[in-house]
Amino acid sequence: MTEMATTEVEHRRGQLAALSIAAVVIVVGVPLWWKTTETYRAWLPVSQIQELAKLELQLSADVEVVFARGTVPPEQQKKMPLTQTQEEDHAVDEDTALKYRYETRYRTATVMEEDALNKPTAAEADLALHMLSESPCGSLVIYVIPESSSQLPQDADVYIGQRRTALLRVVEQMRAAKTLEQLLHHLQPQIKQVLRVMSFSRADITAALSDRVRFHPGSKESVADSMRAFKSSPGYEITFSLLNPDPKSHRLYWDIEGAAQTYIQPLLTKMSPVANFSIDSQTLHYTMLGVNPRYDASRGAYTLNADSLAHVINPVEARLGSNAASSNPVLNFLLYVPDAHHSPLYIQDHHKQEVPSNAFHSPRWGGIMVYNVDGYYETEAEFPVDININMAKVMGVFLAQLRLLLGVQSSPPPTGFLVAPCGSTGLADWELDRLMWSRSVENIATATTTITSLAQLLDQIGNIVINDNIAEQVSSAVASLQLAVAELEAGNLGFALQFSKEAILASEKAFFDPSLLHLLYFPDDQKFAIYIPLFLPMCVPILLSLLKIASEARQKRREKQAKKD
Amino acid sequence: RFQGDQLLPYTHVLLQNLLFSFSSGTQSVTVENFLRVLTGRLPPSTPRSKRLLSDDRSNILIYLTGHGGNGFLKFQDSEEISNVELADAFEQMWQKRRYNELLFIIDTCQGSFGNLFKYNLNIYFFTLFVFQHQPDLAIGVHLMDRYTFYLLEFLEDIHPASKANMNDLFKVCPKSQCVSTPGHRTDLFQRDPASVLITDFFGSVRKVEITTETVNLTDPIKFIHTITKLHPHPDPPLLLFLLHPPSSPLLPVSPQKPKQKDWHPPDGFILGLWTLILMVFFQTYGVKHLKHIF
Repeated sequence: MTEMATTEVEHRRGQLAALSIAAVVIVVGVPLWWKTTETYRAWLPVSQIQELAKLELQLSADVEVVFARGTVPPEQQKKMPLTQTQEEDHAVDEDTALKYRYETRYRTATVMEEDALNKPTAAEADLALHMLSESPCGSLVIYVIPESSSQLPQDADVYIGQRRTALLRVVEQMRAAKTLEQLLHHLQPQIKQVLRVMSFSRADITAALSDRVRFHPGSKESVADSMRAFKSSPGYEITFSLLNPDPKSHRLYWDIEGAAQTYIQPLLTKMSPVANFSIDSQTLHYTMLGVNPRYDASRGAYTLNADSLAHVINPVEARLGSNAASSNPVLNFLLYVPDAHHSPLYIQDHHKQEVPSNAFHSPRWGGIMVYNVDGYYETEAEFPVDININMAKVMGVFLAQLRLLLGVQSSPPPTGFLVAPCGSTGLADWELDRLMWSRSVENIATATTTITSLAQLLDQIGNIVINDNIAEQVSSAVASLQLAVAELEAGNLGFALQFSKEAILASEKAFFDPSLLHLLYFPDDQKFAIYIPLFLPMCVPILLSLLKIASEARQKRREKQAKKD
Repeated sequence: RFQGDQLLPYTHVLLQNLLFSFSSGTQSVTVENFLRVLTGRLPPSTPRSKRLLSDDRSNILIYLTGHGGNGFLKFQDSEEISNVELADAFEQMWQKRRYNELLFIIDTCQGSFGNLFKYNLNIYFFTLFVFQHQPDLAIGVHLMDRYTFYLLEFLEDIHPASKANMNDLFKVCPKSQCVSTPGHRTDLFQRDPASVLITDFFGSVRKVEITTETVNLTDPIKFIHTITKLHPHPDPPLLLFLLHPPSSPLLPVSPQKPKQKDWHPPDGFILGLWTLILMVFFQTYGVKHLKHIF
């Protein structure tokens, strides 16, 4: 009897031991293992990021259309001032939609404005109008002048000034309009064209969205246009280099500090809302161009044809050096003075014509100008010759190239448009506005793409550690993006650009954080190979004993069931 | 072991005129650094010359050589990179618009990465199962593979104005000469290979445009009052030496978890430990308890 009792007790004890071990393993062991092997992932605002994935932007511009005397019949003038709102939808793809909103205010000109508009030339009128009032950033004023005015030449109907004004001349068909509504209806196409040139157009915005929307542009020209300007960046470095391959013959002096301060700095100061710039300069001696120019006997000069220009840049670039500390894009401007044996040197375009500027540029890199100094001295002069470089001429070329590379200048204006040359700063106000519109859109598009792809990446790879600083950057990027979109909708261009720049900085910092490297990829077979020797010897006894307990319990239940029946 | 100096005369033509080449120091070519350079996740103190500053119009050429196996490549014979990691890195580059087109030449054994890519990237693959070339009599080992040799021969004939295209590159190493199976994968590429010039990847041809407009500047130059202006002389050349100390690697950022390079217990240790525990258990409580478990 006692033997059965003891075996029963032992059996019981065995069962209890197995059950308690299993309990400890499941209740304590599994959570402990889970907790100690999980990676730290700070919280990210995933829902807000997903909202941003669908981008809906609204660009608002304020336009004022002022009618000068003689354009509107007097009885119709009573209807003004009149405000109209026009909206235009632009669906780029299924995730990106844009709305352009123009709030147009029509009014008649004041007496002072009439005086200003009566100036002899359009440029003077523009200046006088600017003295009267200054339009805020992002807005435009269009002055409609009568057909009889002589400020514009015959072939041009629209004059775009240096600030934010345009002069629009009434054409015959418009004069036939009897009511104000008819006149406005006739004016609409012209006004729309002016808006497209001076503020934002579909083509510009689509190009700005290229980071978000992969579009295949139709023509070669549009590809070239979109490739030329640098991408939006918070800062740029500009380097001016003087290349002197022949110091034995030429001793070159260039007042680069003064020239940069006088000619380039005003442009950069004006563009400071868009980006920060830093300028440096250097002189390189004994640096050849790397391409052999051909001697053209008919012109008595050496020529470089357009095809060989493509091979000039890489060999030179290796010697240029750059500011190692920053990773901002660099714009290189090179001034090459040919050596005495290969002077003068002219660049020929594809039609074998000489290029007046004697310069060429490379998209997203910089520009090179060839400066011939053979006219500065006679052939029997004593070498080395001292030469002072004419910086105004050089900077004129570099400034034009700088405008192209920064995206200030884009497609030529439509026919019938006369655009005033940019002022001494090198940048018209409306050009700056245009740049600000496209940069804001580009920044917002890039930042949303970065954030959404980062969120997707972190979601996909469960093993990446997400630190607190990354979560902070992401949250601040999301907040800045939301503010930027709101400011764009309200029409505050300056604030929108600022917020979009903050968003870009934060999102890039989060995306390129060095700690996000996922070298923690383990294929499944390696995971099993690690865990099996650790857990299998322990689990096998436990599992089997549990199974035995379960089968015994089932047997007992069956016996009890049989006893009952 | 030769660190690759022997291959220098053979590989110079591949590396010349490349804007950015990564293999500057043999010590710094690790999997981590490679992935960091590709994805751009470098510490902020990294100088420009060590970063891949590409944008969405850059074409990238990646040439990996060494040993490899099924689904992985060896780095410096001590580390390996799996195809999934490479695929992830390329996907991230694509998402961040860090390249326009990518040519990936894998010069290792079993270099086919066929099962990699489900994403739509702009990648060209040119891979090979490698076989060895004639040995160098002075050293007595094979220094180069046939594939590399024929590829080099082909590339030495390319000059900057060449019109050779990708299909010519793929014909470089036929089975009769190479005794290996070169493979290429172009389904991830958007353009037709016959229209892609070799110089898009290997040459140093840049796109240029003639400057047709200039700005008319009439203001006189401001006089900047600095001491150096008293004696006008050319600016001293800016010397920027980017120091490559040959033996200091790119400092890796310490990750959150400690790296697995520490001491590992010898194989079988865990199994032995558990066997010991079980034996102790049964010794203490007797073998009769075995029946409760089994």
